[in-house]
Amino acid sequence: MKKIHIIILILIAASIAVLVSFMGSLTTFETIASARQKSGKNVTIIAHIDKSQPIEYDPAKDPNYLSFHISDTLGNTAKVVYHFEKPYDLEKAERITLKGKMEGDVFEITRKDGILLKCPSKYKDDPNNAKQALSQN
Amino acid sequence: MQYLGEHLLPGRLGHFFALLSFAASFVAVIAYFKATQAKLPEEQNSWRRMGRTAFYIDVAAVFAVLFTILYIVSSRLFEYNFAWEHSSKALKFQYLLACVWEAQEGSFLLWNLWVCVLGLILIRKADKWESPVMTVMSFTQFCIATMIMGIYLFGNKIGLNPFILVRQTEFGMRAPIFSQPDYLSIPQMQDGQGLNALLQNYWMVIHPPVLFLGYSSTVVPFAYAIAGLWKRDFGGWTRAALPWTIFSACVLGTGIMMGSAWAYEALSFGGYWGWDPVENASLVPWLVMVAGLHTQVIYNATGHSLRSTYFFLITQFVLVLYSTFLTRSGILGDLSVHAFVDSGMNVQLASFVLVFLLPAYALFIARYKQIPHIVKEEATDSREFWMFIGSLILFLSAAYIIIFTSLPVINLVREKKVNTDDALFTYNRIEIFIAILIGIFTAFAQYLKYKGTGKGVLMKKLWLPTAVALVVSTLVSIFGGIHYDKYGAGFLAAIHLALFAAVYTVVANAEYIRVGLKGNLRAAGGSVAHIGFGLMLVGILISSSRKQVLSYNTAGVTFSNPDPKQDPLENLTLVKGVRTEMNKYWATYLGNDSLDERSQTRYFHIHFQDKQTADQFDLYPNMMKNTKGQEGGSPNPDKFHYWNRDIFTYISALPPDDNQDTAQFLPQALKLKDTAFYSKGYIILDSVVKDPNNDKYHFSPNDTALMASLTVVSRDSMRYKASPVIFIKDNQPHFLTDTVFAQDLALRFNKITTDQRIELGIKESSEMVPFIALKVLEFPQINILWIGTIIMITGFVMSLLWRRRQAKAKMSVR
Repeated sequence: MKKIHIIILILIAASIAVLVSFMGSLTTFETIASARQKSGKNVTIIAHIDKSQPIEYDPAKDPNYLSFHISDTLGNTAKVVYHFEKPYDLEKAERITLKGKMEGDVFEITRKDGILLKCPSKYKDDPNNAKQALSQN
Repeated sequence: MQYLGEHLLPGRLGHFFALLSFAASFVAVIAYFKATQAKLPEEQNSWRRMGRTAFYIDVAAVFAVLFTILYIVSSRLFEYNFAWEHSSKALKFQYLLACVWEAQEGSFLLWNLWVCVLGLILIRKADKWESPVMTVMSFTQFCIATMIMGIYLFGNKIGLNPFILVRQTEFGMRAPIFSQPDYLSIPQMQDGQGLNALLQNYWMVIHPPVLFLGYSSTVVPFAYAIAGLWKRDFGGWTRAALPWTIFSACVLGTGIMMGSAWAYEALSFGGYWGWDPVENASLVPWLVMVAGLHTQVIYNATGHSLRSTYFFLITQFVLVLYSTFLTRSGILGDLSVHAFVDSGMNVQLASFVLVFLLPAYALFIARYKQIPHIVKEEATDSREFWMFIGSLILFLSAAYIIIFTSLPVINLVREKKVNTDDALFTYNRIEIFIAILIGIFTAFAQYLKYKGTGKGVLMKKLWLPTAVALVVSTLVSIFGGIHYDKYGAGFLAAIHLALFAAVYTVVANAEYIRVGLKGNLRAAGGSVAHIGFGLMLVGILISSSRKQVLSYNTAGVTFSNPDPKQDPLENLTLVKGVRTEMNKYWATYLGNDSLDERSQTRYFHIHFQDKQTADQFDLYPNMMKNTKGQEGGSPNPDKFHYWNRDIFTYISALPPDDNQDTAQFLPQALKLKDTAFYSKGYIILDSVVKDPNNDKYHFSPNDTALMASLTVVSRDSMRYKASPVIFIKDNQPHFLTDTVFAQDLALRFNKITTDQRIELGIKESSEMVPFIALKVLEFPQINILWIGTIIMITGFVMSLLWRRRQAKAKMSVR
């Protein structure tokens, strides 16, 4: 066997080992209910913003505290606390992907990229609005 | 029904050209295929002539499609969905093209356009490789043409028709207004939705064309590789195709880095790279392309590594297609900040990948044994040995990135859906080691000779750059202030090691140009590109590990949770006019202004002063309102460049809309020296000045302006000055309100009453304190990254010219 083949095998084996070990550090997608059961563990939740509850953000007092409520398709709700500025267009998001952990009753997000908004299109100003406006005419 | 005022001809023409391009590319594929398979020269020639003709027709058709779209958009024909959804009357001329490639179907058109241009060059230059290479090129165009066809086949939509009318779209068919024949006269149809404010940016004009030229060009090395396998002329194409591989790596690399610069310059992502799935999707094919570029060079020099060259060049193009699928299928929607949304073409996009992937790998595997290879193994002191291992590492790193980027695809078949935890660190923790290895290999491999170097020769030349690199990087490590301990000591050590590797690359390659090439710059393209790459690594390592949040909120109101890992406190609130401590600066928010009435953009003036050196500068981050009067907006950063660092800021929050302030101006008439009371004190009218010309106002005697000079005395005996102005312009009164923020007080000069008294408007409101919340970051040594990028691109271009000369010389020798 050639030296180069041995090196190839070693490198590939090492990559697979790295891959497998890093796969273990992945988080799982959870519902609000199952995230509660995994309290204290980092998870990802896809949910909607619960518009019946207020979005709390007062940059004059504290620009690093945002809280709002989410509800998922199973009908569960939870309070979310995000320790960064309010993402622009938060209210417009159809769906929202959250990475963080349940601490008691509150879903805490401590990384900036812990909120990802799903807008109709990131680069379009909601064409659905315009379309609705047309449909109502 | 007969609709009024519609212009149907351009759309019909455009759609005809789209279908023509589909048909012509199909004919071109068949003709070039026949030309490749034909045995007799006459037969080959006649098929090739037909292939060329069909290809020319295709090119003409593709350009006609583009011009038709441009015509529709520039003539404001809003009955067409493309114009209605992507443009508006207010759109400036330079963004007409930008709105073409903002759309999914438009970006496919751009891709096709570049393939056309590259095909025209190949017809002139590819010589005996024309037929097989152009078969692949035409097939690519055929596939892309289906993406903009927009026809229905057995109930399935194929492609998005860019010439569809608004009333023919899915929602248009449901909207009742389209049952009126004169629907075009209603206001909503008089103007389009416009280009997103974020995209009205010069980067949007230049970045997509370059990136798509990069994407389009990846098909050329792929086509040559397929041609080699197909014609069983396994090694005959590698010299001729090397400039194409370099070109592709160069342009795709440029496109990626332009995107990176755009993100840094103009968007508030807070950096130049975020390991976003869409960014990864463009990086991964580039890494594999660079791996293939190196093995191709090895093969040309030594005859080794031909099989891996095939593998890399085929795989990079398959990855380009796979990336297209990832970013356009909507599958990344929940995980990326800038993927396209699902447009119902997923099956078609997946097929696009498979029609290339399956036959290409099948051909590769079937012919694998026939691909010539050298049985004798590479010596460990040969250049090709280490270059190959470097390429392999690049490939493995690409594989790692694409596997983690593909988690949403993997989730499709998994019971338990998974996601990355710390998205950035997922990639950084492995790429840092890749950087160390690649950096060190890039530094010393060129000092080795092909086929073996001999004992002692290497160290004789290498000791000097090694020593210099050690000294320089140690100095940077000690005095550079790199103490990034967020992920522990191990990762910090890796950063310092990578810093050495990067410096080593720069020093060793610079020295190699001097010693190894004796200063022959024409042949030094590779080394120059390596220097650029090394500098990029240095810039990335320093700017990322020393990136600092200056707006760390030490004066935060809530301190319930002071653990910085839990609550990073990255934003700081500045009240207008109040000097606030921000790390080593005093920051003052001075006010905001838009350039003109119609402008969508409001600029915020922030003054920074160094606490120690009195060094000062001003930054103007802005908020761009969303188009079409929708609520909200998007922040755009501003930065101050020092030679060794950037101070970078953007607005993270503004007070609720100004208009929501419901308090009223209460009128009160005063004579000179009279007093008026407000809840916290009283106001004295000191004097009235005609046409004031002072620090604040600059009226001339020709104006009609009056200023009330007021003194505000608060209950705690503080005194404030205020000077509201009234002036007449175009027979209309205009007011310049003055405010006393400390008292939450706004004052207006309403009018002069009939009995020669001054009427003031007095408004008290708790919501008045104007403030902004800011994020301010410091990126040290970011310039090294941009300089490195430019040097790397220059190196690619030099190398491209050099290899083209070599390929030509080789041909004339034959």
